[in-house]
Amino acid sequence: MKKSNGQFKFVDCLLILMMLLPIAAGILLKVLTTPQKEGIVIEGAMIYCKIPFPVMPILITETQVNSWLIIISIIGLALYLTHGIRAGVETKRQYLAEWIVESCQKMVGSNMGGYFAGFAPFITAMLGLSAFSSLMSLTGLFPPTSDLNTTAGWAVLTFILITYYKMKCGPLVYLKSFADPPALTPLNIISEVATPISMAFRHYGNVLSGSVISVLVAAGLGGLSQTLLGKLPGFFGEFPFLRIGLPAVLSVYFDVFSGLLQAYIFAMLTMLYVAGAFPEEEYFKRHPKKGNA
Amino acid sequence: MLELAIGIILGACALGAGMAMIAGIGPGIGEGNAVAKACEAIGRQPECRSQVTTTMLMGCAVAETTGLYALVIAILLIFVAPGRLVDILLNAVGK
Repeated sequence: MKKSNGQFKFVDCLLILMMLLPIAAGILLKVLTTPQKEGIVIEGAMIYCKIPFPVMPILITETQVNSWLIIISIIGLALYLTHGIRAGVETKRQYLAEWIVESCQKMVGSNMGGYFAGFAPFITAMLGLSAFSSLMSLTGLFPPTSDLNTTAGWAVLTFILITYYKMKCGPLVYLKSFADPPALTPLNIISEVATPISMAFRHYGNVLSGSVISVLVAAGLGGLSQTLLGKLPGFFGEFPFLRIGLPAVLSVYFDVFSGLLQAYIFAMLTMLYVAGAFPEEEYFKRHPKKGNA
Repeated sequence: MLELAIGIILGACALGAGMAMIAGIGPGIGEGNAVAKACEAIGRQPECRSQVTTTMLMGCAVAETTGLYALVIAILLIFVAPGRLVDILLNAVGK
């Protein structure tokens, strides 16, 4: 075993900086651009600028900027965990990287089967992006997942994958799958379209409802504190003491637990839908060679 | 008169949002049932704990969907609909 006890190198520092700088840049940008507001308000993503475009202008919103910051941050994390990886070297970050890769491969293998083993990187990327996007609200930034456009984009990606795997045996089998019991054809078409919509709304609604409830509770506690303690002189009258405590507990549930759970559920549903869309027996009957793989 | 009309629009939007959230009853009952059954299952077979928990969370997430639809409708009614409706009203009046 070679030098393994956490020697800190220049590259490590650089990659950790790459991990943390985007978040700091996001906070700085938010502090610099957000106008001063009275009290607590609930509003959507802020629009930074508009790019003129023929049909309608392209909006560069907080959602897009924060998503890109998270993507850069995750690239930094992945590079930090994996750079200089060697067989036989036992460092903590190598253990962590191996644990992530192995557990994700195991999850994909047990939920989707051997044919879809190549899906592990895609599912892991979706899981990580979604989880870190939801966790971004811990730093005070706007979490991209509480914008419907982000989750709808992911859901459309899933829908394309589902349709692609349903088409694997040709368009005829795909069309026939809708008329499985012929009387239920309209319902089948509706449920096919409802899949991405419900996935998008589920993730978006959970994250958004968490932030709305947190803001309402914080505002309510502030008001209550002012009514109860407002008569006290000086600092004691102005500082909202009741706002200490309860919002933090709510934040642990809504930001951490709910965000991670939704990321897991989104990845899980993607796996189940895509694996369920593939007509396995029919495909292997037609392509007997690939059945061995 | 116009103020009264705008007031009615705002009030109706708020009432509608409140009524939409009645849909929260359904997921509440459904998820309660799911968790109760999961507790029973874990009590009967403690060794299946992790699998039962995973399946229960999945089921809860799917059962929650209808409630979240209602939530989205309520949020649209509170934050988006009043502005649109007032615009329509003002256009109709011709101001």
